[in-house]
Amino acid sequence: MSQRIDPDHSRFRQIVRGQIKGNLRKYISSGELIGKKGKDRVTIPMPSIDLPRFKYGSKDQGGVSQGPGDVGDGLGSDPQSGDGEGQAGNQPGQHEMEAEFTLEELARILGEELELPHIEPKGMRTIRAPRDKYNAIRRIGPESLKHFKRTFREALKRQIIMGSYNREQPIIVPRREDRRYRSWKESVVPQTNAVIVYLMDVSGSMGDEQKTMVRIESFWIDTWLRYQYKGIESRYIIHDTKAREVDQDTFYSTKESGGTMISSAYLLTADLIEAEYPSDAWNVYVFHFSDGDNWSREDTQKCFDALKVRLLPRINLFGYGQVKSPYGSGQFLHDLEEAFPHPENLVLSPIEDRNAIMDSIRDFLGKGK
Amino acid sequence: MLPPYLQEMQTQVETVAHAAGLDFFETRFILVDTKTLNEVAAYGGFPSRYPHWRFGMEYDRLAKGSRYGLSKIYELVINNDPCYAYLLEGNNLVDQKMVMAHVMAHNDFFKNNVYFKFTNRKMIDEMANHAVKVQKIIDRIGIESVENFIDICHSMDNLIDPYSLFIARPPATRRELEDLIEEARLAAADAPEAEKKGAVRSYMKGFLAGDRKNAAETPGPSIGLRKEPINPTRDVLGFLLNCAPLEDWQRTILEIVREEAYYFAPQAMTKIMNEGWATFWHSRLMTHHLIDASEVIQFAHTTSGVTVQAPGQLNPYKMGVELFRDIEHRWNRGMHGKAWRDCDDYEKKKHWDTGAGEGLQKIFEVRRMFNDVTFIDEFLTPEFLTERLFYTYDYSRSKSEYVISSREFSEIKSRLLFQLTNGGHPIIAVTDSDYVNRGELLLEHRHYGVDLEVPYAKSTLENLFTIWKKPVNLVTKVKDQPTLLSFDGSDHSSRELPVSAVGG
Repeated sequence: MSQRIDPDHSRFRQIVRGQIKGNLRKYISSGELIGKKGKDRVTIPMPSIDLPRFKYGSKDQGGVSQGPGDVGDGLGSDPQSGDGEGQAGNQPGQHEMEAEFTLEELARILGEELELPHIEPKGMRTIRAPRDKYNAIRRIGPESLKHFKRTFREALKRQIIMGSYNREQPIIVPRREDRRYRSWKESVVPQTNAVIVYLMDVSGSMGDEQKTMVRIESFWIDTWLRYQYKGIESRYIIHDTKAREVDQDTFYSTKESGGTMISSAYLLTADLIEAEYPSDAWNVYVFHFSDGDNWSREDTQKCFDALKVRLLPRINLFGYGQVKSPYGSGQFLHDLEEAFPHPENLVLSPIEDRNAIMDSIRDFLGKGK
Repeated sequence: MLPPYLQEMQTQVETVAHAAGLDFFETRFILVDTKTLNEVAAYGGFPSRYPHWRFGMEYDRLAKGSRYGLSKIYELVINNDPCYAYLLEGNNLVDQKMVMAHVMAHNDFFKNNVYFKFTNRKMIDEMANHAVKVQKIIDRIGIESVENFIDICHSMDNLIDPYSLFIARPPATRRELEDLIEEARLAAADAPEAEKKGAVRSYMKGFLAGDRKNAAETPGPSIGLRKEPINPTRDVLGFLLNCAPLEDWQRTILEIVREEAYYFAPQAMTKIMNEGWATFWHSRLMTHHLIDASEVIQFAHTTSGVTVQAPGQLNPYKMGVELFRDIEHRWNRGMHGKAWRDCDDYEKKKHWDTGAGEGLQKIFEVRRMFNDVTFIDEFLTPEFLTERLFYTYDYSRSKSEYVISSREFSEIKSRLLFQLTNGGHPIIAVTDSDYVNRGELLLEHRHYGVDLEVPYAKSTLENLFTIWKKPVNLVTKVKDQPTLLSFDGSDHSSRELPVSAVGG
């Protein structure tokens, strides 16, 4: 039901949305949204959308209340953040605003702010999945699918037309020709499948801050791609000198140590894709985060071979994000630049610090691949 | 229309309320679902308001509150004749009955308390008219500019002078002075007509179309300088309406915001009394007349929810009802006056009873004559505060939390009075509209020990500037140092003043 308040409410939502858009860089770099993520909604703490007024400084003011306790005892809660009922004098309380958004809405905001192009799924229109929907009515069918309401309605119509309907004694008896049955219609929808493979270097040189940056960036990438494809799959691979597939929690929490052999991860990814995600049916995205400190030149060469032959031809996009760490040399990025001077679906993005995450997201997703 | 069982209930409640001496406007209850109740509550109780996102924000908050079960609106009643009140669909019958009794007492308070005397009793219609007016302006000017302007008006809608309706303030502007002179002349010439004119809400004086025209055309008596205001005025909105360079549509909107601010002001001034009065009566009517044994538990449960006391908060329902009960008790037993004050025999005082029995009579008198400030000032006793464990709290920087700072009577009382004075808003007056001879606006904050929130004050000055269109200045104190905050359209500045510059 539409309400009078709806225009005001949506205007308010618009303002909130504008605020979030304007402060997106801050939200992205602080990473606080991720902790607030529910199943398909995000709660975003807002700087209060408040109109300025002449008012007393709240901390100076204190107040009056009732209850036990000695002078000097703490109140244990912040009374000024209460629901406003307490402050005599009818001032509205200091509400910490929280705005709720669906992930889809958030992705849309991200897209608008970064001017991300929508993704054209590659070659997937050929795949069609027929789906049945019970939304039709037929005159014949199995008794188990009989639609009683429709049947009786038909019977009623017929009786009225025939003049055998008695208002005083409304007895309706359906005949065979009145019967109606539920039936289905087949609809064919083009289906797109997509998978994201996240790779992360968990060698000793990747510290907590570096991992947090990876976590933030992959959250946003995830949000955007999920908005672009329905039912996307995510796979997680971590590596030091060896690579293995893990679940999401492990991916973000593992602290390994030791050296780095990036090729191990690339080869594992290639195996995974070849085995499970044939390129004619899947949109495949691979994002690799590392501090760029590979063990040896030979290993780097192995990586290039894997990329050239087994990965790049089969996938939509390979994103390499190099997070800056105090220990890493960052050489891998330069090597990649040299080896792939004109990358088609390979995106390289150095991530200096949290503030650079937003630009990096734009680098990765700005191609519309 | 109410379903018959609720209509019956209303008749029953009205009968006992009437018998108890309550005197109310005709009451119309409307049964609504939560969504509609939230909507109406977001509009301050009214079925329609002019479009503005702040109502949407309030709705958002209320809707979330009820969705997550954090808050529930029990009663919503509008000061209007007839009085409209809302009942929430699906509340149990005991609650509905209680809400009805509560509403009757609010209604009685609206009708009889002196501070509501000048409120518009057809405010529902008036609000609907405002909505239409603003919508028309939006259609003409566009939503963006109108919304921005309403934002600006809202940001200063606490700059009014509610008491000006009850005490004769010296005229603030030449126009008001002229009106007064004109009125006096009329009064001399034709007494009854002047009385009629006096019935026009005095704050609207000077804004009625006729008045304005008059003032513009007739050259006023010379009062020396051209300076406005001739006397400082706390009715900043009124002053801006008179003296700021506004376009017609802006003037219309500012008038609307100001009128609504004055309409709501008495409710803010009597929050504790009003809620206390309503709670007093719903509990008395319920326990004495309206509920049977099977309903007692439900009633007690709801009442305890209404009068719950969270640390660090002041529950107006609780404080109000306790104070009314205390007054009734004291006047029933004659515990007031000289004899009572002069007695210092504790035992004697404990069993004091002159059999005066004037309690009810007294509280009816109180509900007519007082507002929160005078109510607290007059009837708060040290015994009352001690028995009910009142305290003041302050922010402790060393502990970085709020701590109990005092249980002293005088301390608590003065703090309460401070909080209630001017609805808890700082007291700010226009003192000059030609400051430093450059047409700059000068406001003065009367500082009573608590500083303004400076960032807010600065943004408010920016908003004032967009109305005044010339630099605006505010005299206040920052950490005991008299300070002049100024905004000249692009930059803020702040200048320390000699100590003598600030009153208060």
